[in-house]
Amino acid sequence: MMPLLSNATAIFGKEVRTEFRSRELLSSTIVFVLIVVVLFSFTLDTNSNESRRFAPGLLWLAFLFASSLMMQPCFLRERTNDTLSALRSSVSDTFAIFLAKIAANALFLLLTELLMLPVFAVMFNVSFVAQFPGILLTFFVGSLGIATAGTAVAAISTQARMRELLLPVLLLPLLAPILVASTEVTVGLMSPDPFMQWKGIGFLAVFDVVFLTALWLFGEYLLEE
Amino acid sequence: MAKRFLFGLVAIALVVGAAYSSLLIAPEERTMGALYRIFFLHVSCAWAGLTAFSICFAANLLYVWKRKEKYDGLGVACAEVGLAFTTVVLITGPIWAKPAWGIYWTWDARLTSTFILWLLYISYLLLRTLVEEADRRALLSALFGIFAFIDVPIVFGAIRWWRTQHPAPVIMGGANSGLDTAMRPTFWLAVLAMHVFMAFLIVERYGLERMRGEVEMLRQEAEG
Amino acid sequence: MAAAAERKIGLQFEKIEKRYGSVHALRNLNLAIAPGECVALAGRNGSGKTTLLRVASGLTRPTRGSLSFPGLVSDRPPQIGFVAHATMVYDELSAEENLLFFAKLLGVSDRQARVTELLREVGLTERKDSLVRTFSRGMRQRVAIARALLAEPDLLLFDEPATGLDPEATDWLTEHLRKHRDQGCTILMSLHGQSDMARLATRAVRLEAGTVVADTRSSATLQSIFSFAGG
Repeated sequence: MMPLLSNATAIFGKEVRTEFRSRELLSSTIVFVLIVVVLFSFTLDTNSNESRRFAPGLLWLAFLFASSLMMQPCFLRERTNDTLSALRSSVSDTFAIFLAKIAANALFLLLTELLMLPVFAVMFNVSFVAQFPGILLTFFVGSLGIATAGTAVAAISTQARMRELLLPVLLLPLLAPILVASTEVTVGLMSPDPFMQWKGIGFLAVFDVVFLTALWLFGEYLLEE
Repeated sequence: MAKRFLFGLVAIALVVGAAYSSLLIAPEERTMGALYRIFFLHVSCAWAGLTAFSICFAANLLYVWKRKEKYDGLGVACAEVGLAFTTVVLITGPIWAKPAWGIYWTWDARLTSTFILWLLYISYLLLRTLVEEADRRALLSALFGIFAFIDVPIVFGAIRWWRTQHPAPVIMGGANSGLDTAMRPTFWLAVLAMHVFMAFLIVERYGLERMRGEVEMLRQEAEG
Repeated sequence: MAAAAERKIGLQFEKIEKRYGSVHALRNLNLAIAPGECVALAGRNGSGKTTLLRVASGLTRPTRGSLSFPGLVSDRPPQIGFVAHATMVYDELSAEENLLFFAKLLGVSDRQARVTELLREVGLTERKDSLVRTFSRGMRQRVAIARALLAEPDLLLFDEPATGLDPEATDWLTEHLRKHRDQGCTILMSLHGQSDMARLATRAVRLEAGTVVADTRSSATLQSIFSFAGG
């Protein structure tokens, strides 16, 4: 257990340090989400109350699309100098590699989402300040699920052709439950009489646990040669 | 050869029998008239499709564990057959829904999970076309098949909890469910027929896959 | 480095088969390497050298057959250093960061001291804070070697390590290999053609179509294995 966690932490540290040096993944993702959200807002009358019902769904859709692009480099980067082989031969449990990448991807997604929040608030005339803890929790549990399924699918798509298109095709249907649950919870938090739908949070947590377990069981086969 | 022919004959006979029963023997339905008869086709195909996908899941697990080519063949056979049955479900659903509820489609638990299921297995087949090497293809699609299958109940749960409009399940629902006893024989005949037909199709498709694998192996050996 | 010399392990391939689809990269490969031997692996491209090395390193799972390490103390996994075509280090990190990172993963005790020592050994102390991206091919190879040596491996595997190196770097590498050989490390290296490095070997094995076709310890025939029908 200890080597697993310490290996995962070390790899996570490397992922984060590498990203914060260039910030290329984060910046591209943030710009992409911004563009998508702006385009979505063109399709609605953002001043109407109705739009408050649709807006969270579109926000989460934007996050989902962003994730399917953001996950592409996850394992692709490790192919350049075959550092994946170096990782595989240095860790005692391949799950450490997955844990680290999931955590890193979840972090990057979370940062993107949090940065989008003020933009979203301005565009749709909603205030999130009071509900911020709830929103943060929702973003966290949702992003963890997206990152888990995304990392698993990225490991698969990297080994196939047409991988840029294949990743979203494989990932987006899998993430349908996250889209529904996260949207519902966010709608509740954004409504004129805000409330926290704990059922939704619980559901997202279940998704996270199920997919993490599946990766724990089958992860090493995903990276096998 | 004769066995397979006989099997096919039995399957087709059952399907014809079930069709006959649905159209002519089952009694009239109180509110929906003659149209309800498509229900027998719709539900039996749905169940057969789910059974096919469940076998696919088992085959995927077996492949990851044992790495025998036959499990890969079984997996793809079940996925394709399951997909065919699910397509029938998605087509017959709206045909029934429009006259019955006034709308072709609705995003409720069952329909949505069925559609996502359909999309996931289409993706499964798409993935297979994009990996050239046979062993890689088998392993990666088996792993994706596992992820896809465990996702489906979650999708179902999500939609059922938050958006549902499917009539309270007629067969497995709560207090109001229950098929009229006169309709039951037809119903179970349809379910049996579709499952036998499904089994026949899977066996045939599996045989095709084995043959394709052999031809490929011979071709490789001939080339060098 | 005295500790490494005491931990001698051999390498035993038994009926190893590796199929990629219908391509047989390795077929019925049997090879026993004694502890401390320095073996040169020869063969054309596609003969299975790289696959053999990857199976030995544990990165590639053989379709059939078994791999064992005679002489290994049972409860410890073998420490293997693998230097391949690719550098297996991160371009976006510095030389020192790379080594510290892998040292942490491998659980190397007293990381910083070990890394500093290795950097000195491979002659990269001055450039330790530069990103690997800025290095020449020869320097990258040195980082790769340092990474392979982090955990004081019992077994060293080299896959055409001199590819793309200038003569000066090749000489340095040869000397380095000689030093490890003399310290008793078991070495298996795949080489392309005769070279100074080949002269280090105490044994040469030739692969063809995934199986062993020649195997000699005699210094007379050793070099000829490399020129066997096509180099």
